[in-house]
Amino acid sequence: MTGASIPGFRTRPGWLLGPVARVIAGFTALSLLSGALEAPDLFSRGGIAATLRFTAPILLAGLGALWAERSGVINIGLEGMMIAGTWFGAWAGYQWGVGAGLAAGVAAGTAFGLVHALLAVTFGVDQAISGLTLNLLAVGLTRFLSSIAFAAVAGGSITTSPAVPDFPTVSLPAVEVLLAPVDRANVPVLGDAAAVVLGLLTDVSVLTVLVVALVPVTWWVLWRTRLGLRIRAVGERPEAADSLAVRPWVYRYVALGVSGGLAGLAGVYLVTVASSLYREGQTAGRGFIGLATVIFGNWNPWSVTVGSLVFGFTDALRTRQEVTVGVLLVAIGLVGAAVAIRRGFAGDWRGTLLFGIPAGALLAWFWIVRAVPSEFVSFAPHLTTLLVLAFARQRLRPPAAVGEPFRRGDAG
Amino acid sequence: MTRLRAAGLVLAAPVVAFGFALAVTLVILALARVDPLAVLGDALAYGLRPVTLVAVANKAIPYYLAGIAAAVGFHLRLFNIGIDGQYRLGAFAAAVIGAAVSLPAPLHVALVVVVAMAVGWGWAAVAGLLYVRRGVNVVISTIMLNAVASGLIAWLLSPARLAQQAAGSNNVTTATIPPSGWIPSIAIPGVEGAGAAVNGFVFVAIAVGIGYWLVLHRSTVGFEVRAMGLSGRAAKVAGIRAPRLALLTMAASGAIAGLVGLPQLLGASHRFGLDFPSGLAFTGLSVAILGRNHPLGVAFGAFAWAFIERSAQVLDLAGVSREVVTILQAVTVLAIVVAYELVRRIRARQERRYVARAVGGASGVTV
Repeated sequence: MTGASIPGFRTRPGWLLGPVARVIAGFTALSLLSGALEAPDLFSRGGIAATLRFTAPILLAGLGALWAERSGVINIGLEGMMIAGTWFGAWAGYQWGVGAGLAAGVAAGTAFGLVHALLAVTFGVDQAISGLTLNLLAVGLTRFLSSIAFAAVAGGSITTSPAVPDFPTVSLPAVEVLLAPVDRANVPVLGDAAAVVLGLLTDVSVLTVLVVALVPVTWWVLWRTRLGLRIRAVGERPEAADSLAVRPWVYRYVALGVSGGLAGLAGVYLVTVASSLYREGQTAGRGFIGLATVIFGNWNPWSVTVGSLVFGFTDALRTRQEVTVGVLLVAIGLVGAAVAIRRGFAGDWRGTLLFGIPAGALLAWFWIVRAVPSEFVSFAPHLTTLLVLAFARQRLRPPAAVGEPFRRGDAG
Repeated sequence: MTRLRAAGLVLAAPVVAFGFALAVTLVILALARVDPLAVLGDALAYGLRPVTLVAVANKAIPYYLAGIAAAVGFHLRLFNIGIDGQYRLGAFAAAVIGAAVSLPAPLHVALVVVVAMAVGWGWAAVAGLLYVRRGVNVVISTIMLNAVASGLIAWLLSPARLAQQAAGSNNVTTATIPPSGWIPSIAIPGVEGAGAAVNGFVFVAIAVGIGYWLVLHRSTVGFEVRAMGLSGRAAKVAGIRAPRLALLTMAASGAIAGLVGLPQLLGASHRFGLDFPSGLAFTGLSVAILGRNHPLGVAFGAFAWAFIERSAQVLDLAGVSREVVTILQAVTVLAIVVAYELVRRIRARQERRYVARAVGGASGVTV
């Protein structure tokens, strides 16, 4: 047995150091390309800050999905739990301040998570049905509550809440002084790098810092504590765990409570940091994208973070100029063309066609229209999710018992 | 006797569940500071008027088609949330092509139907292929495909491309299909008033229900699907090719989903516009769960869903948000799946007892 096949081996932060060189190379190439095509805001400071704001809710949903699935339960209700988080976060937030909003949003998400546990664990209802219906319930409940709580309030309406206060922001000292001149000087590549660092480390919301901190916390709890070991054991072999007096239902309740709480926090993030009020439909499928990051991230928190960054980046494209989105298409087209040529040299003609035709179409599109319609940008994260799931390396290993209800005596 | 008791249990489950959901809703109404029983009475009185019932029937037709589309996937635990995208893309393509050609009446309608089904089939097949080839969860892929379909339609449905601004309204629509591509409505004798006719597409819906039952119970593919649904492992051992079957099922679900928009397109508006509702995937799933995938059960579920939504229109007058209906529907579905699961456990226990009694004397098994 080689080291690479031991579950959990790739969950140490160290393995990320390898790809760092690749990230730097990719960044340099993209930076040069955007310079050549005169796209101003691919790596602008504001754009990077926006990416961070769009990544955080997806990351939280991804961590929520991770907790649930590691315990053996798929949480398709994440979207609904996020919706509950947005509503209760805004409702408490506009009246009693951000602290109350945070508490209410997380509590609402946790409550939904526990209902999912009641249905899926205690009653053994199909996990997908339970989750999907909880999404519907959250939509109905929040609309109904809005009509009571927001419609008659000044600044609110039947679909929006009054303005919600924001969390304070923090900056890493000295970064502004050191790097702002580099950013303004427009040095190729280096200027973009400075903008990235500035966007990531200055004027960052306290809540964003908390979200980022939750990644190592999740890793530590799930892989370095007794509770985490039990949660993962229950997700792999519930009957084995049960025979050792580790009751699967207890740990699945705990995991789903945390999962719902994280989704609720994602909702709070949406109403406070990412915007400044509750708006119906605000979650826009981010709970489902979070589920996808877990598949992309092979059920480990570090890769989930990388996946969230990819989806957050595409989600933030809607804040950018159309030319900039075109640059990304050109980049994807060039990568696809390179893969096609490599496949051709390897004698794999089917591979050449499979990658070459879409790549050629993308490049031709950019050549002709030079911009991407905003309607297409709106589904960029969803399309990216599909493409990533379709083409990502499929050496994945989900928790063995995920999706399987556990009933003592039922399992063979 | 046991069979009768078992049947009684299966029928009692939805009744109990709906009662529970109704109780929850009444509590919510009471919390909203209205008289719950009076509101419920108003809603029932409104919903049971003949004119409303015709409208309910018309509303139930697309729900039924969505329900059958969902039921097809349910047999293999494929949750086709993509019904939304499949039907809207299908109806959109059918509306564009239907308005562009002129053909004799039956052929014209047939063309529209075939286009809608083909587009739904193809869009669902994408999710099916992703599932079979790459193991992508169908719920996730179909939700993403819905977003892509919405974006594509939003882009194409603009006056600069395939649509036009409807005169005197905000609705943007495709061109109108000529009358040879319309289907007539059936007037109900004794019911007066605007819109008091049942959409002619109801016959197609009935045919789909019968076809669904026949394929499932009288064909090889249907047998394979049912075998696969009952025990995937046993079916695989018996030589059923699971991936092929999953792809086929998903595509069939999409083809039926393609029909969902046609009652409105062929029988009412004759053009595709922004007013084609979204969210029908959840309706379809709920209705299929309610009807336990049986064509008659799904019909009952679709009618019940349409009835609840239609009679809820009275709620606005009572000063209650109509969205309370969504809560009622969600709680109903949750209560019903819980009830079905409890029934399954009770029956399993009864069977174990029966087996224990039958063999008990010989082997001394106690359960």
